[in-house]
Amino acid sequence: MGRYVVRRLLQMIPVFIGATFLIFVMVYALGDPVAALFGDRAPDPATARQLRAEFNLDKPVWQQYLLYMGNIFTGDFGTAFNGEPVTDLMGRAFPISFRLMLTALVIELVLGILLGVITGLRRGRAFDTSILMATLVVIAIPTFVLGTTAQFLFGVQLGWINPAVSPEGRFSELLLPGIILALVSLAYVTRLTRTSVAENTRADYIRTAVAKGLPRRRVTVRHLLRNSLIPVVTYLGADIGTLMAGAIVTERIFNIQGVGFQLYQGILRQNSPTVVGFVVVLVLIFLLANLLVDLLYAVLDPRIRYV
Amino acid sequence: MLLEVQDLHVEFTSRDGLVNAVNGVSYAVDAGQTLAVLGESGSGKSVTAQAIMGILDSPPGRISKGKILFRGEDLLTMGREARRRIRGEKMAMIFQDALSSLNPVLPVGYQLGEMFRVHRGASRKESKAAAIELMERVRIPAARERVGDYPHQFSGGMRQRIMIAMALALEPDLIIADEPTTALDVTVQAQVMDLLSELQQEYRMGLILITHDLGVVADAADVIAVMYAGKIVEHAPVDALYKRPAHPYTKGLLESIPRLDRKGQDLYAIKGLPPNLARIPPGCSFHPRCPIARDRCAVDVPPLYEVAPDRSSACHYWKETIGD
Amino acid sequence: MSEPPQPPPVGPPEAPIAIAAGDGRGEPATPTGAEPGRARSLWSDAWHDLRRNPVFVISALLICFLVLISIWPSLIATESPLRCQLSRSLEGASAGHWFGFDTQGCDVYTRTVYGARASIAVGVCATLGVALVGTVIGGLAGFFGGFWDALLSRVTDMFFGIPLILGAIVFLSMIKLSGIWPVVLVIAALSWPQIARIARGAVITAKQNDYVQAARALGASHARILLRHILPNAIAPVIVMATIMLGTFIALEATLSYLGVGLRPPTVSWGVDISAASTGMQFRNAPHILLYPAAALSLTVLAFIMLGDAVRDALDPKLR
Repeated sequence: MGRYVVRRLLQMIPVFIGATFLIFVMVYALGDPVAALFGDRAPDPATARQLRAEFNLDKPVWQQYLLYMGNIFTGDFGTAFNGEPVTDLMGRAFPISFRLMLTALVIELVLGILLGVITGLRRGRAFDTSILMATLVVIAIPTFVLGTTAQFLFGVQLGWINPAVSPEGRFSELLLPGIILALVSLAYVTRLTRTSVAENTRADYIRTAVAKGLPRRRVTVRHLLRNSLIPVVTYLGADIGTLMAGAIVTERIFNIQGVGFQLYQGILRQNSPTVVGFVVVLVLIFLLANLLVDLLYAVLDPRIRYV
Repeated sequence: MLLEVQDLHVEFTSRDGLVNAVNGVSYAVDAGQTLAVLGESGSGKSVTAQAIMGILDSPPGRISKGKILFRGEDLLTMGREARRRIRGEKMAMIFQDALSSLNPVLPVGYQLGEMFRVHRGASRKESKAAAIELMERVRIPAARERVGDYPHQFSGGMRQRIMIAMALALEPDLIIADEPTTALDVTVQAQVMDLLSELQQEYRMGLILITHDLGVVADAADVIAVMYAGKIVEHAPVDALYKRPAHPYTKGLLESIPRLDRKGQDLYAIKGLPPNLARIPPGCSFHPRCPIARDRCAVDVPPLYEVAPDRSSACHYWKETIGD
Repeated sequence: MSEPPQPPPVGPPEAPIAIAAGDGRGEPATPTGAEPGRARSLWSDAWHDLRRNPVFVISALLICFLVLISIWPSLIATESPLRCQLSRSLEGASAGHWFGFDTQGCDVYTRTVYGARASIAVGVCATLGVALVGTVIGGLAGFFGGFWDALLSRVTDMFFGIPLILGAIVFLSMIKLSGIWPVVLVIAALSWPQIARIARGAVITAKQNDYVQAARALGASHARILLRHILPNAIAPVIVMATIMLGTFIALEATLSYLGVGLRPPTVSWGVDISAASTGMQFRNAPHILLYPAAALSLTVLAFIMLGDAVRDALDPKLR
């Protein structure tokens, strides 16, 4: 198990470098960070040259990348458009987004697995069919349509919640945004669990468990559920990415001042340190989350562990 | 009598319509006795076994008629919970493919110990000790070290031993073994069969051995029931059946085994295919494939004729068959 | 060399609504009445099943209709989507204008009909690009193996490290171009590895078939083996995945437009109209400006996802 972890960690390194380099090239080669500093005015050529030298922008891209990564590892992410260190923005934004994603993750897993198991065990019944239809509808309607509609309905029409989330981003305020963020993943988790449960109920080892005279509850929880969760866990790896991207949309709708909000501000104001900094951290989190999912997968499925 | 199946009918609903998988099967097993149920796939032999164990998939399966008496009590009229207590405790089943029949994500020791925990209320520690003892019984080397291993870490033969250990765990009165050796190498087959017979004798259990392999049957069984299209076509003690089969289908099966003393001759093969169970032929269901079929066979359903006090055959012309 | 838990594709990762009638386990292996003659191929078998599947028929018809009106919107819409009268802003439904007017006073019906073109064009072009690049790269890596395969696996992993919307936002906001092509380009550039991974797996599976080994033993050329023997067998999972992706790409275009980096007016697309209606809750007093383009988009996405699901089931021999 220890060797497995080390191997996975080593494999992450080239992926991390590649992915961040890709982002770096997009921002620094396609955009013009210096021109952006001047907004709509044309920059004074002498100042521009000086700034380019100061930010290493006159060097080749790969050198800029190395210098940038070197700075990052000493904790220097540069400064945002308002002169604040990017790390300060991160310190404010990440906790909020983390709470939002955690809310969504808990909702999608608890509800998704529950619905998936029930529908998987009762295939073809009215409940199963209606849940299946609902998941398709949720997948087909863009999140921002569902989000703005829910915001309008619960925030404006019914007045149950404050349509905009305060800068602190408390858990209670993040419930509705969390549900909206969770919806698409919830639909996938439900469908995945349902299929997996439906397949496994026909598995030979379930028949064995019944033939052993185990109570139905034990057959379902100990034998069926454990096996059925394996594909759900593998899906979680990709899902973390979906949630990150979805968070950008959800934060936009509910005006949550999290990672998506800061990233969006950075893009709007063409502030490269903010954009690259946030994306680098997001990629790192994504990769680490995937590592965690792999480990969880190995814990659930011994056939992987002993390969 | 330990187990008596009386006039059992099982039907399945499928896309092709109603499939009659079992059409009036009756057989009996006593303690210490081995009944071999012989037939091709689709003959209804496994479905009958699943009905006895109470693990039939329903839906789509349904027992439409019949009785299954276990020590005189009808299992089919019993409550769900009473039925569950009998499974594993009084009767147990060994499946064909041990790799898929064992749970891949739980250690074998856990799966064995579960029997004691659920049926006997044993503690975690007690059940582990019992699992190790069971693994030793079925002669798995280094049982103590391997009790925490997972099914995929064992060889095919060892896995089938674990299946046997699981069935034997609570010393049931009846064991149903559904093609227990089919998935194994020939050399391992004999070892597993010997182990099974030995343990059966030791505990004086009744054994229903379901197979399509006549070789396995000859050594292990006391009585044979041959099934075709959901019915028993011949029922006889082993020696009598091997010497003088009383049904053309049994005869065909026996003649299709390669034999050393008939070297050089063409191997006999029963013509045609097993029938579609949704459209079983009228009359004797074997008549389209039968070498001695007459007009009557396509019309009259043959009853089980008594051939001798302890044997019967469902052929109108059993005398002719047994005679030549 | 790729590690066990491959993240599953973005599409619905499992089976569909169609519920296969559960056959009895093992034993009643009803030999389906010996079908006379020729063995049917995977595709003709699948077609046989699909024609009877109402989900497939409905979604296929819907898609045909959508493609038709995206080519000739004037078939069912008589006005121009850009001829707007501010005086009729947010006006409700009336005779001749069944869907009412939007904020700019444009006819919502006309815009919804004309919006199909951009949305479907983005979906189709991005999917074609992804399928082509992904199949070629994934197929070659799977076929030749070794160094190329290892390289592809690493590059694929690299792309998987960047969540799609995140990469698209950064890219689109930096190049400062809007319109259909940049959106198509960025979607294709960031999602080809998904198809490549599937194509690679399918080719590796097909490569191991006995008839491929036989063709190789008979001295067939690489190109011949690839085109005649492997491609027809490996293409099925790619087509299924591509169909489902097409639906999600259409939804993605709308999301990117909502975030302000996708299509922008005066381009007419569902995404543009939906985001215009959603932004700042423009729809609060006139729900119709959100409802119709959103419904059109959702139906389209649904049709592609269900079509992909139906085709997958028909091609999956496990389910028959």
